Amino acid sequence: MLFNKFSKIALARFFTLALVLVFLYMPIMTLIVYSFNESKMVTVWTGFSLKWYEALLHNDAIINAVGISLLIGFMTAITAVIIGTIAAFVIVRIKKFTGETAFLLFITAPMILPEVITGLALLLLFVTLSDVIPVFSDRGIITIWIAHVTFCSAYATVVIRSRFVELDVSIEEAAMDLGAGPMKVFFVIILPAIMPAEVAAFLLSFTLSMDDLVIASFVAGPDSTTMPMLIFSSVRRGLSPEINALASVIVLVVSFFAFIFWLTTVRKQRRKERNRQLVAMAKSNENKII
Amino acid sequence: MSVFSANIVKKSSPKGHKPPPRFVPQEKNSFKERIIIFIPYLWMVLFFLIPFLIIFKISFSVTEIAIPPYSPLVTFEEGAMQIILHLENYTNIFLDPDGTYMRSYLKSIEVASISTLLCLIIGYPVAMALASCKSTTRNILFILIIMPSWTSFVVRIYAWMTILKKDGIINDILMSLGIIDEPIHMLQTDFAVYIGIVYCYLPYMVLPLFSSLMKVDYSLIEAAQDLGCRPIKTFFKALVPQTKSGIIAGSMLVFIPAIGEYVIPELLGGKDSILIGRILWQEFFNNRDWPLASAVAITMLSIMAIPIILFFKYQRKQGEL
Repeated sequence: MLFNKFSKIALARFFTLALVLVFLYMPIMTLIVYSFNESKMVTVWTGFSLKWYEALLHNDAIINAVGISLLIGFMTAITAVIIGTIAAFVIVRIKKFTGETAFLLFITAPMILPEVITGLALLLLFVTLSDVIPVFSDRGIITIWIAHVTFCSAYATVVIRSRFVELDVSIEEAAMDLGAGPMKVFFVIILPAIMPAEVAAFLLSFTLSMDDLVIASFVAGPDSTTMPMLIFSSVRRGLSPEINALASVIVLVVSFFAFIFWLTTVRKQRRKERNRQLVAMAKSNENKII
Repeated sequence: MSVFSANIVKKSSPKGHKPPPRFVPQEKNSFKERIIIFIPYLWMVLFFLIPFLIIFKISFSVTEIAIPPYSPLVTFEEGAMQIILHLENYTNIFLDPDGTYMRSYLKSIEVASISTLLCLIIGYPVAMALASCKSTTRNILFILIIMPSWTSFVVRIYAWMTILKKDGIINDILMSLGIIDEPIHMLQTDFAVYIGIVYCYLPYMVLPLFSSLMKVDYSLIEAAQDLGCRPIKTFFKALVPQTKSGIIAGSMLVFIPAIGEYVIPELLGGKDSILIGRILWQEFFNNRDWPLASAVAITMLSIMAIPIILFFKYQRKQGEL
């Protein structure tokens, strides 16, 4: 009876997860399969071919857009991690200051506000400021970068903060007592300890920036078409097998990084498990001796 | 999404981890501290708060053929300063005889609420299944569930276009099985919009639900069962109340962005799925009416004020911020 009940639960669990994974991956898989289709009609299979990948390599517009997106993504990720680290430090270590609630609200709001509003708001800011600061008068990579940093640093803050709260203050205090300056404490003690979160925040900001269509469309100029903008405009014109090929490449790159991320987390967990076992063994030995 | 990342790290932290106690009234912040606080604060005020004030300002002007394309609020005439507030944009939105704007607001609320409910109904069992897995399996499943949201948003919507269209896969399969004779019209309907939103926002629902399910006190559920509670009653009386914070956080993470969604209704929706995000985009890009677009944005923000505050409060209570 008990066994029966448990297997029922296991079965239900298996079906739920299987269904949701099929739902999540079916579209992506179809996309990849049809990127090898010879026909120009996206959904009619005529034969295996790599010609759309070849066409991708010769499409200057796509290559150019990918380059712009990579550049903006990289710049955004670095800046967002720096601002996010400072903001996380402020939230966790300084604690009480004037306007603390406003500060937290500024960090949360860009994450959940609809992109159309953020995009419009930033564009109107750039237009207003362009009289005073000439950098903003020609919109392009710089304005997209600023817009992306604004919403990515919010995510970066949350990621870094969640690691920061777990740090032991006493180590920093000990270093300070032993005469280390605040800068040294930060670079020698805090930074190595929060490094995994810094990497995670960097990758998250990078992907968010590479993925953003709406905000970039608002603040972009004529020669700064990013990859999502290019995909969107060609999708609006109709389905195209070249986009399938580009999408498959994106999926491949992302899954590669996801695989590495998974490997590192698994290894970390194994190490933790082993340490726990060692501690348990040491404790039992101690008991025996006593 | 904040919950997103926080959760992954949280797994390794002890259960119910709380941030260190905050020191209550301290002496004033030192000069150095103030400088450190100043940097992120300045960025956020400059690029986040001020833009909203500008939207608010521009929503009271009217469109003009000029650069920038709106009338100035403050003008100097014969040495006197004049401030002209135009309320036309707001009267246009609320008193429009066709009711286009009001209809699109209602439609957005309807679509966002139904998609949130769908995400909750689908996401809750998934989160439960995840929470009951072994930790190594859970890690893999986690990555599998999050990974689609790392690939391009537009690409995922595009993928659904190829599936849902008239000669797409679903229609092909159904026709070859002889279930239907004529292809079903699925693309450019509300149905497609719901699929798109659920597909893109499901992870944002699952992750907060999962993190609150991990904190549930299971002895209460066993107690309920021992005392003869039926499974459905146990679920609603013992499990759901304990995961209230996850339900609220997840729902807000789906509801708020869904209200202003532009890409999904544009690519998957039909002519009648005019959501407010689409209206804003059209006013801005096609009609070049920046003041009206600003007024639409301000009205949209006022709808979202309550959900945003609700979400913010729960985030703080949970120690996520």
